[in-house]
Amino acid sequence: MKLVDINTEEYSILHDATSNTIVIKGFLRLDGMEEYKPIMDVLLGALENARNLTINVRDLEFLNSSGISTLSMFVVRVRERKDVHLTLQGSEAVLWQTKSLKNLQRLMPSLTLEYI
Amino acid sequence: MLETSATRTYGDFNGAFPASNEYLTLHFSPTTGPRNQRWRNYGLSADFLGDYFATFFPGNEEAQSKINLRNAVKGSVSFMANELLENAVKYNDAQSNRPIQISLHLFEAQIIFQAINYSSVEAATKYESFIQELNASDPEEMYNQRMEKIALGGGESCIGILTMINDYGATFAWQFQSCQSTPQIIEVNVMASLQV
Repeated sequence: MKLVDINTEEYSILHDATSNTIVIKGFLRLDGMEEYKPIMDVLLGALENARNLTINVRDLEFLNSSGISTLSMFVVRVRERKDVHLTLQGSEAVLWQTKSLKNLQRLMPSLTLEYI
Repeated sequence: MLETSATRTYGDFNGAFPASNEYLTLHFSPTTGPRNQRWRNYGLSADFLGDYFATFFPGNEEAQSKINLRNAVKGSVSFMANELLENAVKYNDAQSNRPIQISLHLFEAQIIFQAINYSSVEAATKYESFIQELNASDPEEMYNQRMEKIALGGGESCIGILTMINDYGATFAWQFQSCQSTPQIIEVNVMASLQV
């Protein structure tokens, strides 16, 4: 199934079905978790029937706390599936990632966190 | 100045901290223009504050870290200013007809943020019960508990403040003040300190 990508002036969410990788880029500061629903839908769509899933946020320069909450909610959904290996790829050059990505690993200790 | 009839403070609230030579205050009218457009302006303002305050710090590369002090200040200030503004907007009561305000004061080793908005009594009470719970808890544990609750569809609540405390090492103090002339409106004054 081809998922619907999201591409706006400020951010983009692209799904590469071959590698089952979701690449999130840009600046995300939507007004509350409700507004993150289309993004959550892309993430949940990629999770369907997946055994391995990678989320690449290297070029996501800004994520507000509603976005962090959305990512956390997704990580817990993956954790509940028990049969999916999740890899999160971040950058050590983006401050919020160095500060907050570790919290996602705390929610799901089997999550692979890579700074690439 | 507002006439006050009741004031409650939490944390080390010191409304009269020493003046710094460098400070910026931005005012926003919470009723001008559509919300999505205003929301975008809050983000742009947070980025501007980050860029502005970063210029006071050295931008040379440090071997130990991929982020130099200037970029670290830029990232921290824009994240915190954005969260404080978002909270001020969420807790603001449009009926109050008063502007939301954010000020940043630069000191040698810290930046003090001050955000002011006007809430309904109900919203202020909710905010105060969060603060009381926070003061009686371990913030990291509280963060994890809230994240688990969010995952079950419990709705987000004050994750921004917990993120600033846990991940950015910010310290907070609050003042809630009701006005004699309009007792149904509470002035919410949030102070956050970031070590740099």
